[in-house]
Amino acid sequence: MDLSYGVEYEAFREEVRAFIAENWSRRDARDPQRVTAFRLRATAAGYLYRNIPRRFGGSEQPADVLRAQVIHEEFSAVRAPMEIAGNGVRMLVPTLLECGASWQQEKFIPPTVRGEVDWAQGYSEPGSGSDLASVRTRGELVGDEWIVNGQKIWTSRAQLCRYMFALVRTEPDAPKHQGISYLLLDLHQPGVTVRPLKQITGQSTFNEVFFDDVRTPADWIVGRRGEGWQVSRATLKHERTGIGNAETYLEQFAKLVNVARSTARNGRPAIEDPIVRDRLAEIEGYLQAHRYSTFRQLSMNLAGRNPGPVTTMNKLVVTNLGHLIAALAQELIGDASLLLPVYEPGRKVGNERWMNQFFGSLGIAIAGGTSNIQRNIIGERGLGLPRDRTGDAS
Amino acid sequence: MNFDLSEEQSALQDSVGRLLRNELEQTRLLEIFDSEDGHDVRLWRALGKLGVLGLMIDEKHGGTGLKMLDAAVVTEILGYHGTPGPYLGHVAAALAISLGGNDAQKERWLPRLADGDCVGTVALAESGDAWQPDEWALPGQAALNGAKRNVLYPGQADLMVVGVAGGGLVLVENPAQSVEVTPLPSLDATRRIAHVTFRDTPAVPLGGSAGRLRDALLVLLAADAFGGARRCIDMAVDYALTREQFGQVIGAFQGLKHQLANVAADVEPARGLYWYAAHAYDAVPDDAERMAALAKAHIAERFLHAARETTQAHGGIAYTWEFPLHVWLKRAVFDRAYMGSTSVHRARVADLSGWAQAG
Ligand SMILES: Cc1cc2nc3c(=O)[nH]c(=O)nc-3n(C[C@H](O)[C@H](O)[C@H](O)COP(=O)(O)OP(=O)(O)OC[C@H]3O[C@@H](n4cnc5c(N)ncnc54)[C@H](O)[C@@H]3O)c2cc1C
Repeated sequence: MDLSYGVEYEAFREEVRAFIAENWSRRDARDPQRVTAFRLRATAAGYLYRNIPRRFGGSEQPADVLRAQVIHEEFSAVRAPMEIAGNGVRMLVPTLLECGASWQQEKFIPPTVRGEVDWAQGYSEPGSGSDLASVRTRGELVGDEWIVNGQKIWTSRAQLCRYMFALVRTEPDAPKHQGISYLLLDLHQPGVTVRPLKQITGQSTFNEVFFDDVRTPADWIVGRRGEGWQVSRATLKHERTGIGNAETYLEQFAKLVNVARSTARNGRPAIEDPIVRDRLAEIEGYLQAHRYSTFRQLSMNLAGRNPGPVTTMNKLVVTNLGHLIAALAQELIGDASLLLPVYEPGRKVGNERWMNQFFGSLGIAIAGGTSNIQRNIIGERGLGLPRDRTGDAS
Repeated sequence: MNFDLSEEQSALQDSVGRLLRNELEQTRLLEIFDSEDGHDVRLWRALGKLGVLGLMIDEKHGGTGLKMLDAAVVTEILGYHGTPGPYLGHVAAALAISLGGNDAQKERWLPRLADGDCVGTVALAESGDAWQPDEWALPGQAALNGAKRNVLYPGQADLMVVGVAGGGLVLVENPAQSVEVTPLPSLDATRRIAHVTFRDTPAVPLGGSAGRLRDALLVLLAADAFGGARRCIDMAVDYALTREQFGQVIGAFQGLKHQLANVAADVEPARGLYWYAAHAYDAVPDDAERMAALAKAHIAERFLHAARETTQAHGGIAYTWEFPLHVWLKRAVFDRAYMGSTSVHRARVADLSGWAQAG
């Protein structure tokens, strides 16, 4: 066992630090141009978009999870911008690299990486959530175009996205899982209606998206006709590993500790209260367990070995962490939980900002596969229990 | 032993439930949730007419002359329906006057509070989540100067009962003229709160015990939370019986069935806890304070858990504003925080139980 990253990586860390010191200051965060310029420099230096070929705007580095980890640690420590957030970079790009035609990679990856276009994930429908393979949005090939009709729902950020990658039923006579294609759609065209849905938080991030004779070229399909389900598994894999990241929760936990320091209980700082300390330490236990669990998964992947059932558990693990953090945050912020965080000029948002975490912890428990579905996956694929006849959880 | 509601109490629950099913279907509830002031005068009048607003007010002052247990079982129904408006503060204010007002005050206010002609509220919390009477620091003179926080509907109130230093209560009449109100973005928009500032606000002392008032509010919150939790479960069960995935209703999946069964087993037994807390308030003085604290801490926590679990049991639809389950999720947060959070009351329970003393 050796937890140090080794001389080579510590030298690399120094290099990353020097790069950041030279190229980034926190003030730059407010200037979009500087952020873009920084990303370009960081990509040229080989720190961002490491698994994307240079010709698509990436830095094309040999796969090295430890270097990636060092970069992540150093960048997040000073909040230097990393890859553009969003479904495009996180899900579509890896999917195109894995399953896309080369012209699709050339056309779509560079502008996505530059942040010029973003992608909505058009999977869920009113009748198809957990049972995603039942999607009913239809696509019919007429001449050299697909004509798409139907509806998607809960589509995050669709109102801001230029494109959508969508699961569309193109082979109505084929069995459920073999009748779906993975189509790319331009959302900026007649026939597309995006209706923002107000969320539990009061904000509108997700949407309903209606398709009325929406057109897309015949070759805007990733994989072959009827292979959309397999292609989407690639995307979902990327979504789930994204969600399983321990870093975000470490940050959130540090903030929670700060709240415990700055709020009072029984006239003393809450952090001195035995109950608060106990609950913080319980969360810290889960958090550190998860952290080292991801280190272990990383190391085994590096060595080409399979870490086992734990890989199916990451999403449920962080979901449960979110619930614990929400419960303690409620206790610590006390009366601030009576308020809805409202962001408008001139209003100071205090500890009620934790209500976003409260709601978000529920969103995470639903989005990208509900916790029940995760438990099915853990039971069936992780532990090898018999598959449920109906609930094919994958 | 007959630990059950009387026929009259059950009938009362039924008639309030009937009214709310008619007056407060879900679209109407969401309209009020989204409205400017979160107070539906028509609904308020209807509640007043039915006697809901004056249950504990003496008959000779226009009320029904009933007890805390009666008020609590009605509050459960109000909670079940997510009833918006100033009810909680109103009932507490009326109780404070009943307990500590002089005859003139009672005659002036109680009849109008009983029928909902007037709205009452209580101003208790101070900064630092100071809800308990021994934490109040507002100097209690004939003219008030200072602030109270998280006051229910002060803008609509015709009278305000204010907790002051030393654990006393004073009465501010027509606060609209003498109190400055700072509205807040209430998470639970069925119970709007605001901060209030007093500047030489005229006040008159009330008799009675602030501790009793606190206990009453705790019992009512527990009852509300029980009703709310029950509603979350009912909604989730209804949904599980209609929503289909993988060719069958989701309620048929053992995972979901167990999830809902766990929540139900967590919540349902708590009915007796709030009943007993209310009964103790009425009839078992030695146990009243402890049971009020225990019931509020325990049941508000159950409500929050039930609301979170049933939100997940619905899937994406429950993450929207248009689907009403979030109303109860937010009410659960309110019930948990208002009058002091769970750990505060659990600590009080531990003290009041005398566990630390050698048996
Ligand atoms: C904040 C947020 C953002 C989202 N963003 C997107 C997006 O960008 N794009 C997109 O396509 N989708 C998105 N979604 C949708 C999300 O993927 C679905 O909500 C989720 O897959 C669940 O589907 P559903 O809502 O239809 O619930 P349902 O599938 O109807 O589930 C309802 C309940 O039934 C349970 N259930 C279902 N099947 C089983 C079973 N076999 N065993 C046990 N229990 C079961 C579920 O666990 C759940 O509790 C988002 C959702 C949220 C909350």
